[in-house]
Amino acid sequence: MKKLIFLCTIAIAACGGGSDEVCHPPSGSGPGIDLDGPFCKHLSSYRLFTDETAQATDPALFAYDLNTPLFSDYATKRRWLYLPDGASATWQDTDSLDLPVGTVIVKTFSFLHDRRDPSAGEDLIETRLLIHRTAGWDGASYVYDGSGDAELAVAGAEVPVTWIHDDGSMKSDDYVVPNKNQCKNCHGEHDDVVGPLGPKARHLNRAQPGGGTNQLAALIASGKLTGAPADPASWPKTTPMDDTTATIEARARGYLDVNCSHCHNPRGAARTSGVDFSVTSPTTESLGICKGPTAAGRGAGGLDFDIVPGMPDESIVIFRMSSTEADIKMPELGRNLVHAEGVQLIRDWITSLPGACM
Amino acid sequence: MKRFALVFLVAAACGGSSSDDPCKGVAGPCVAVHAGATVQEAQTALINATSGTTIAFGEGTFDFDLDLSLTVGGVTIQGQGMDKTILSFKKQTTGAQGLLVQTSGSFAMHDIAIEDAKGDCLKVEGADGLHLNHVRTEWTGGPKDTNGAYGIYPVQSKNVLIENCIAKGASDTGIYVGQSQDVIIRGNDVEYNVAGIECENTNRADVYMNNATHNTGGILVFNLPGLQVKNAGQTRVFMNMMVDNNTPNFAPAGNIVGQVPTGSGFVGLAAHNVEIFGNTFDNEHTMNLGIASYTLIGNPNDPQYNVYPDTFYIHDNTFTGTSTMASGPLGGAVLLALAEMTPSTTTVPDMIWDGVVDPTKALSGDPNHFMPEFNICFQGNGDADWADLMWPTGDAMKPSTDPAPFNCTHPPLPAVVVPGS
Repeated sequence: MKKLIFLCTIAIAACGGGSDEVCHPPSGSGPGIDLDGPFCKHLSSYRLFTDETAQATDPALFAYDLNTPLFSDYATKRRWLYLPDGASATWQDTDSLDLPVGTVIVKTFSFLHDRRDPSAGEDLIETRLLIHRTAGWDGASYVYDGSGDAELAVAGAEVPVTWIHDDGSMKSDDYVVPNKNQCKNCHGEHDDVVGPLGPKARHLNRAQPGGGTNQLAALIASGKLTGAPADPASWPKTTPMDDTTATIEARARGYLDVNCSHCHNPRGAARTSGVDFSVTSPTTESLGICKGPTAAGRGAGGLDFDIVPGMPDESIVIFRMSSTEADIKMPELGRNLVHAEGVQLIRDWITSLPGACM
Repeated sequence: MKRFALVFLVAAACGGSSSDDPCKGVAGPCVAVHAGATVQEAQTALINATSGTTIAFGEGTFDFDLDLSLTVGGVTIQGQGMDKTILSFKKQTTGAQGLLVQTSGSFAMHDIAIEDAKGDCLKVEGADGLHLNHVRTEWTGGPKDTNGAYGIYPVQSKNVLIENCIAKGASDTGIYVGQSQDVIIRGNDVEYNVAGIECENTNRADVYMNNATHNTGGILVFNLPGLQVKNAGQTRVFMNMMVDNNTPNFAPAGNIVGQVPTGSGFVGLAAHNVEIFGNTFDNEHTMNLGIASYTLIGNPNDPQYNVYPDTFYIHDNTFTGTSTMASGPLGGAVLLALAEMTPSTTTVPDMIWDGVVDPTKALSGDPNHFMPEFNICFQGNGDADWADLMWPTGDAMKPSTDPAPFNCTHPPLPAVVVPGS
């Protein structure tokens, strides 16, 4: 189902013959993270997993899901949080939880062979690590090579994948593993700050994978999270995009928050556009409503405004979400395919918006 | 140093047969990327670069199908000449830029070309200390609406020096400086773009000795709504050539520069505190020099945005040629206004202004003219003619060609100082 077109690590090995970078995970059992050294060449060196192929992790890793995930070409994602022994995160109302030095956020991307039947197997593609080093957050990706381990892919990779989609049709993708600099495109801010995106209280406020206790409550109970408001009912919560009992507005704003606001926020890479898709952005021009494009190039698509209330086909947001061309599509990175369900949700929301653009 | 050594080995091992060392003469750490290197090898060099590193590309054309990105400050990228070292993105499949630089530090690039990127050729976001010298950005198929938007695009950057560069074929702007401050753009050739050079929402810019020709519009100074940096000002445009900018507007629909009439030398949109002097304007089909408010474009929905231009000092320029072929929506608006004159005309004067005055800056009792300190002033422009279009049309106020209300001066603006310039 999968073949690797190119992998930087392979290219380097073939061309350079250079020796492995040296990392020094502390010896012992359980996860070992070298906070000051370079990234290890192999994922297994960190001992985060007991079996990479089976995606079995060390018990110290906390598995979690997000209320609404970032769309990544229909990849399946597994997420874990590793906090060093005795360390805990501190609650933040809006920003990501304040995670201590030594934290590792682990995310595996895979493609199910048949999205209708998870038991039919999967192709493991990559596991991304975001390590909170002494000097700040630092990210890299490890690409699975079929050997049961994954190798550091500093320059990224392209991995062709095929699968049976939800509707039974065959689907394929040249999935792109980002290069190390591209981490910053989503995870970075203009003052060179890099940080996590997913572990915000509102995104985590849900049951653990496979059901069970609330993730925030579980973290608190295990001493891994402090400072949370006492009343769980007061915790913010991103409305899942598929929660049909919720309003279109809440579902759509949650989707935009997760899929767009990592760049489109007042400190993010797309701050220069003047559009803020954070859940906290008011429903005004700052959300793109009746806002003209500035530097969109072909991304404007002949349309005058980012969002025209009641008129999704007149809205640049829909035009760009529906495109797969490199200079038109949004998000710029991490998406080659159209997220049909996401486009439909935002269409429905725009249709529901009152008013008109002058 | 270990990392540099590794990358150097890789690049050398994978490189072409050229025996010339691209790093020759470079002081400090240098990583060579020889012709034949893959985009992954080039990208790896950019990832491993640290402040002070020079990445030196060898002579030749590099065919890259992915975009490049740099996220560390203090790096220099150099080639062997802007016609000798070419980063070609003609086969690009992913990435909205050719090279994206995101750093709060400095960045320098010289003697290299970036061609045919899917989106912008070079975008630099957030830098402090940007120096581009002898950089060429070009879409090689000529003006097309499928070309990328910007050739050279620094945004929210400061201390920017762009000199001796060539920018061709951008479907928006060849050299576009957005939401930046302390900018010098000098000695560049901008051709066959929709806009040659644009300063947008930028504070303190000197634009001089550039050659803007065969664009749709030569040099633009714009303030646009809905952005983090608003109502910027202090721009000097001097000693430039704005000649024959008559390439039909080929901007993709929906872009603001799509409004620029074919055949525009200079356009100031909602710009403040602009000094224009010593330039040569010639043979522009719509207008040599125009000043407009955003009210002609649309309703900006941004309460903090000032839609009105003010404080222009236009002196000692040379205007030649006759503008008799005004086109596009704004050109049409100009003709509509000129049709109200007695006798009516379709020849656009050398300098035109829509005549829409900021009410907070208008003379007491005369809403159609500025207070002296905000006025549009001109001096010593030879026999250049003028029209105040008194927009909107259809009301009692007809366009006026009387220069008397504008016979004034402003103090010269100070030169922009950029370290290293």
